[in-house]
Amino acid sequence: MVLQSSLKNCLQLSCILRIPKAGFRSISSGGLIIQSISNDVYENLAVEDWIHDHMNLENQRILFMWRNSPAVVIGRHQNPWQECNLRLLRQKTIKLARRRSGGGTVYHDLGNINLTFFTSRKKYERMENLKLVVKALKALRPQLDIHVTDRYDILLHRQYKISGTAAKLGRTTAYHHCTLLCNADKVVLSSVLKSPYKGLKSNATPSVPASVKNLFEEDPSLTCEMLLDAIAEEYATQHQIDHRVTLINPADEFLLPGINNRVKELQNWEWVYGKTPKFSVSTCFNMVYKDSILDVKVDMDIKHGRIEVCNLGLPEQWLPPGLCNKLVKSLTGSKFCPNETTTLAKTLLRMCPEDEELHSRWNLLCENMMMLM
Amino acid sequence: VCIHRARSCSSVGFIKSKYVCLFDKAALKFSHQQRFFRTSAVSCGQVVQFKLSDIGEGITEVTVKEWYIKEGDSVSQFDSICEVQSDKASVTITSRYDGIIRKLHYNLDDIAFVGKPLVDIEIDPSKGVASEEDVVETPPMSHEEHTHQEIKGHKTLATPAVRRLAMENNIKLSEVVGTGKDNRILKEDILNYLAKQTGAILPPSPKAEIAPPLPKSPPAAPKDKARKIPVPVSRPLVFSGKDKTEPVTGFQKAMVKTMSAALKIPHFGYCDEIDLTQLIQLREELKPVAEIRGIKLSFMPFFIKAASLGLLQYPVLNASLDESCRNVTYKASHNIGVAMDTEQGLIVPNVKNVQVCSVFEIAAELNRLQSLGSAGQLGTNDLTGGTFTLSNVGTIGGTYAKPVILPPEVAIGALGKIQVLPRFNAKGEVFKAQIMNVSWSADHRIIDGATMARFSNLWKSYLENPASMLLDLK
Repeated sequence: MVLQSSLKNCLQLSCILRIPKAGFRSISSGGLIIQSISNDVYENLAVEDWIHDHMNLENQRILFMWRNSPAVVIGRHQNPWQECNLRLLRQKTIKLARRRSGGGTVYHDLGNINLTFFTSRKKYERMENLKLVVKALKALRPQLDIHVTDRYDILLHRQYKISGTAAKLGRTTAYHHCTLLCNADKVVLSSVLKSPYKGLKSNATPSVPASVKNLFEEDPSLTCEMLLDAIAEEYATQHQIDHRVTLINPADEFLLPGINNRVKELQNWEWVYGKTPKFSVSTCFNMVYKDSILDVKVDMDIKHGRIEVCNLGLPEQWLPPGLCNKLVKSLTGSKFCPNETTTLAKTLLRMCPEDEELHSRWNLLCENMMMLM
Repeated sequence: VCIHRARSCSSVGFIKSKYVCLFDKAALKFSHQQRFFRTSAVSCGQVVQFKLSDIGEGITEVTVKEWYIKEGDSVSQFDSICEVQSDKASVTITSRYDGIIRKLHYNLDDIAFVGKPLVDIEIDPSKGVASEEDVVETPPMSHEEHTHQEIKGHKTLATPAVRRLAMENNIKLSEVVGTGKDNRILKEDILNYLAKQTGAILPPSPKAEIAPPLPKSPPAAPKDKARKIPVPVSRPLVFSGKDKTEPVTGFQKAMVKTMSAALKIPHFGYCDEIDLTQLIQLREELKPVAEIRGIKLSFMPFFIKAASLGLLQYPVLNASLDESCRNVTYKASHNIGVAMDTEQGLIVPNVKNVQVCSVFEIAAELNRLQSLGSAGQLGTNDLTGGTFTLSNVGTIGGTYAKPVILPPEVAIGALGKIQVLPRFNAKGEVFKAQIMNVSWSADHRIIDGATMARFSNLWKSYLENPASMLLDLK
C-alpha cells in the first residue's frame, strides 16, 4: 500500500501546528511523522539533536525520516582513523560526521534511508521499532525474506545486513535510529569503510563489519520513496496517528531556534575529530630515496585529535638532527591532520639553508607522514 | 557542629532555618550570600551516592565513555555528568542534585553497573536533600506551576543563581534562549527575556497566539509578570564574558614561526597605482575562451606573468640571501607564490616555473591549487620552493598594505581592490579609470629603492598596456 504523494503535507510545519518553544504541546494525536527536505548530514543530525533536547515527548512520539548525500557517519565514541579511509573521503569530498548516538560506522548516500524513532525515555523500545519496519516492508513486498536479529540488525536472507541501529538516551527523551539500504553505492561503501591506517591502538568502539545488500538488488522495482511511504503508513496505523507526513526544513531558524548553531557544532573539527578517545599510532614505513630504502619509525599518542606525544625514528644523519627535533616539537600539540602537518613542515623548511638535497628529503618524509593521517 | 546539625535534620525547612542562624553568627563581618561558604574548608553538606539508574531494555552494565565533570566541580541538577555506552546506545547521565562532585567511582572505559554508585555528590546545603526516588521528575522545590525546575523533557543548563532569578520572576527556563556555552542560560539571558516581556504587557492583539512560531509565553503569564517584574532598565547589566586562553597550534603556530623569522629582514615599502582599464577589457574577451577550455580566468594569471617578465629584467628580486648575508643566490625558476585564505588560515602555494608558462597555463595551475587548497589537500611540493610572492588581499578589500616578506624570499607584493576612480587622460580630460593599488615590500639588504621602483614600473606598464606583454613573452 503506497501513500499518494498528495497526502504528503508540503506546507511548513508552523502552518499546521503552533509550536511554542517548549514543545509541540498542541499535537493532539499523540504522534507526528516528519521528513527532512535537506540532504545535508550535519543539518539532519542537528534536527535530531534539537528534537531530543527541546521537545516534550511524554505523551507523544515522532518518526523522523531523512536521507543524506554521500557521507560517512561514525558513532559517538569511535575513531575515524580506525573506521574509514580518510584520504579517500577527502579525495571524493565525502563528508565525515560524528553522531551523538553510539554504535558503529555507516555510509550514507541518497540510496539509503534513515529513520529516527523519538519517544520518551520510558517508552524507548528498539525491537518494536524494527519489527514495525519489517512489517511495513513485508506489507509492501510479502516475499521479502527479512528479519530482525538480537543485535538489532535487519538481515536479508539471514545473511546480508540491510539495516543497522544506534540509539541515544537522555534524561527524559530517547531516540533510536536506523539505516535502511535501498539502493546505495556498495562499491563506494566498501572502499570508504576500509581503514588503511596501520598501527592504531585505541579503546574506541570498533565497528563490526558485515556483508551488505540493497533491497533494490532483491527487487528492482523498489525505490526509496516507496519504502518511506510504506514505513510512514505502518507507523501511523500502529500508533493511531495522522498519516500525513510533514516536511521539515532544517535550516529554518524560526521553527527550530538555535538549529544553525547545532549544525556548526556538528561540523566543527573539535567535534568530528577532537572527540576521538585517546589513541596511539605505532608504525613504521619505508621510504625509497635514490638508491636506498629507509626505515622510519613513528610513535604518537593522540588525545582530543591532537598529537600529545611524538617520536620519530629516522636513520642517523639522514636529516640534520636539529631539524628533526624541531619537527617533532612542532607536531606536538598540533592536530593529527595532514593539512597542519604540511603547513608546519613547510614553515620549518623556510628556515633551512637552500639545499636541494635537504628539501627533497624533507618533502619525502613529510609526504609519508601525511599518509598516516 | 555543622555536620551534626545537617545529619540530624531530615526535612527541607529545618535545615534551611538552622543553617542560616549558624552562619550568620559566625560570619557577621561578611556580607556575602550564605551560598559562598560552600567553598570554605569546612564542608557541611551531605554527601550522597548518586547511583546509575535503570537504562531500560534489561541492561545491567554499561561502559563509561566520557566524563563531563571531574572531582571538585560543582554541578546543578540536570547538568550532564557523563556519557555511557551500552550495545550501540549512548546514554547521557544527568545529575539529580545540585552540589559538588566529590568522587568518581569509575575511570574511562570501565564497566559501570546499574544500581551501583556512579559518583558521590555533596549536596548544596541551601537546597536541602532531594528525594531518593529513582528518576526524579518533580524536584522537591516546586511550589508553583511555573517553577523553573519543572522542565519536562527539556534539558536546561543554568547555575543555581540563574535558576533562582528565573524562579523569582516566574520565568520558565525552557522559554529562555541560552547564549552561554552549550546553550547555557546566563543571567543576562534572563534579563533580556524580562526586557522583552515588558513589551508583551501591551494589549495583545487577538492574533498574537496564531502568529508564526516565534516563542511567546501563554497569555496568562504577562499578568503575573506585570506584578513582579522589576524595571530591567535600572538593573546594571553584568557582562559575564570570560577571557579564553588556548595554545597556539597548527596554522597559527606556523605563522608565528614564519613571521618571527621575517622580522630579521629589514623591509622597505614601495607603493603605486595601476590603471587596469585595458586589462579588464582583455580579460572579458579571454574569459569565455578559457571557459571553453574548462578554466576559470581571473586577473591573477596576468599579474603573475607580468611579475615573471619583470623578474627577468630584475633578477635580484627573485633571489635569496643566505643566513650569514655573504652570498646572494639568483634563482633560475620563478616559482611565484599566491597567498590563499582558507578556513584554517593563511597558506601560500606557488606556481612553478612561471618563466616558461603561458598565461593560460598559469590560470590552469591556479585553478588546481585553489581547489586543492579549499579541500585542504595541498601537498608539500606545492607549498615549498617559492621564490617570489603575490598576495591578492584586494579580493577581500583594502587599498594599500604593508606585506611581510616570506623568508627565504626577498620581495612580496600585495594587491588592493580595484576601484573606479576619476583620472585625467593625456588630453587633460577626466575619465573613468579602474585603479588597483600595489604595495611592494623588499629586503633592503640586497634590494634598493630604485630597483624596486623600476621593477614596479615595468610590471605596471605590462598591465596597463597588455599588448606590450606580447613583445616580451617567452
